[in-house]
Amino acid sequence: MVSDGNTGVIERIEKKHQERKVILSIDGLRVWFELRRFGFGHAGYVKAVDGVTFDVHEGETIAVVGESGCGKSSLMKTILGLYKPTEGKVVFDGKDLSKLDNKGMHWYHSHVGYVQQDPYGALPPFMNIQRILEEPLIVGGIKNKDIRLQRIHKSMEEVRLTPAEDFLQKFPHMLSGGQQQRVVIARAMIMEPKLLVADEPVSMLDASVRVEILTLLRGLQESHNLSVIYITHDLSTVSYFSERIFVMYAGNLIEKAKVRQVLDNPLHPYTRALLTGTSEPDARNAETFKEIPPGEPPSLVNPPTGCRFHPRCPQFMAGLCDVKFPPDFEPEPGHFVACWLYE
Amino acid sequence: MSQNNKLLRIEELVLHFSTTHGVVQAVDGVDFELESNRAVVILGESGCGKSSLAKAILRLLPRNVQTYSGRVYLGGTDVMKLSEEEFRQNVRWAVISMVPQAAMNALNPVLKVGEQVSEPATVHLGVGKADAVSLVKKMFQHVGVPEDFIDRYPFELSGGMRQRIAIAMALVTSPNLIILDEPTSALDVLTQASIFNVLKRLKKELGISFILITHDIATSSELADDVAVMYAGQIVEVSDAYGFFDKPLHPYSQKLMASVPRLHGDKEPEFITGRPPSLIALPTGCRFKDRCPFRFEKCDEDPPMFEKEGRLVRCWLYS
Repeated sequence: MVSDGNTGVIERIEKKHQERKVILSIDGLRVWFELRRFGFGHAGYVKAVDGVTFDVHEGETIAVVGESGCGKSSLMKTILGLYKPTEGKVVFDGKDLSKLDNKGMHWYHSHVGYVQQDPYGALPPFMNIQRILEEPLIVGGIKNKDIRLQRIHKSMEEVRLTPAEDFLQKFPHMLSGGQQQRVVIARAMIMEPKLLVADEPVSMLDASVRVEILTLLRGLQESHNLSVIYITHDLSTVSYFSERIFVMYAGNLIEKAKVRQVLDNPLHPYTRALLTGTSEPDARNAETFKEIPPGEPPSLVNPPTGCRFHPRCPQFMAGLCDVKFPPDFEPEPGHFVACWLYE
Repeated sequence: MSQNNKLLRIEELVLHFSTTHGVVQAVDGVDFELESNRAVVILGESGCGKSSLAKAILRLLPRNVQTYSGRVYLGGTDVMKLSEEEFRQNVRWAVISMVPQAAMNALNPVLKVGEQVSEPATVHLGVGKADAVSLVKKMFQHVGVPEDFIDRYPFELSGGMRQRIAIAMALVTSPNLIILDEPTSALDVLTQASIFNVLKRLKKELGISFILITHDIATSSELADDVAVMYAGQIVEVSDAYGFFDKPLHPYSQKLMASVPRLHGDKEPEFITGRPPSLIALPTGCRFKDRCPFRFEKCDEDPPMFEKEGRLVRCWLYS
């Protein structure tokens, strides 16, 4: 392994967390949506998440990488408790989400923060920043106004919207995209959650602001020992933000490994294609054509049999890939891949 | 580089808007040149005036224009001197066409995509209905859309396919130059890469030139022959792609390059502190000076373009 600054940090974190406990555990999760014909009558299922299993440890950042329509948003919404799993379970801090009553879900939601993709869409336009940040505290049952204000100031400082007084009375449209995203992060962090779900938090921002927001998230993650699920389609930002990557394709996790393992030695043909497709600034790019697998991700209503990537796969093996669904293989320690090439 | 190689030459192009808050100096004295069959990337952050520059070239102006001046030479003629009707007939879509930002989401939802692609040809070139169908099929081939998609509606197509349709619309009048405004920013990685494959093929096979407007340095390198960096209404660096991606000259370009996260390698990306100045209240002197690590006394004066190793840079460091 290359011994660069990144790996050094990650190795240190790994040592520190060797015995850390599992905060979120997802086991055999399926989220299917029923399709109806003319409002009634069954017409099949959209299999948005189809058999996903993974653990997130305390203080760990994982990245779920996939293209639009791969089911990553459904996975995220199920983790947030917005969708009910069709099968399998989501266990947070030892408690099964499906067994929680209203009060239990209330408790759960105060421990999970959510950073939306589009900051402007996520902030109510008629509320000023103070009201936006105060609302979760009121819902969370903090009755004392001074304490609420203290908490607001503290989290404004954490996301570096300072001096807080300059921003509290402003409305979302008066802020720049980067500042809006900081408000969204402050709102997600204000109840001091243990787990933060960030859905493409930087894809709507300019390149230079992106790094600023990711640096901020990483700082918060380290200072609060926060677990973060970072959902993205951009592999280049993953490399310096996450410890492990899960690559998702058509409702399945097809490769799970540490960041460096995936980026330096991608095993699944789809992961390889994603890495080929990701550009790095280099003038030579303009002179070559990229080899991209043909076609588009499959419909989740009738996904292909066997491995779901087989119709696009350059290393397709007839009689195997299109028949049998590949289980997870472990060709190198800690590097799981669902592909028959590694049987 | 002989004179007739130049497809487009822009000199001192100015586009200011008047708003209730004051005059927005979106494009403030832009010069650049484009040779035929080359692609120039206009690189800049949001609010730097890069989309306004595209609109100024194509004369697609909103009503609140305060100043619109400068010279735009196409071949040898200054098209700024043409009347609106002459410009519409002889320049817009005939020679220069455009794929506007988010065009893929602006397709007419109740018209078949085939009809939408043929519209510029029927309007500008007077192509008949039967010819239009074969023309559209040819365009679909160029951009990699199956021919039978001609009778589909936009909602039946994926984002990547709709973006190809938008490119086909710009291509159908066989222009020499296509302006692309953030053509791939809303698309997935693999779709982005395949759209760039399409653009590269158009450039190679049809000899089309491109102006690519983007904030994404990494993907811009997929098409760039030349790079022009825009900051606060001005071009601050013009360079060939090899020179630029190897070693950007302007401090702003250097900072932008350092902010790109890399897949491999150990360098952590850095961000640029501060924010770009408001286009309403621009600072005197160098517009980047407040964020620049190399600031010195000279920066309070307006820097001209300096030439360095055949590249142009608007920075006193190179005087």
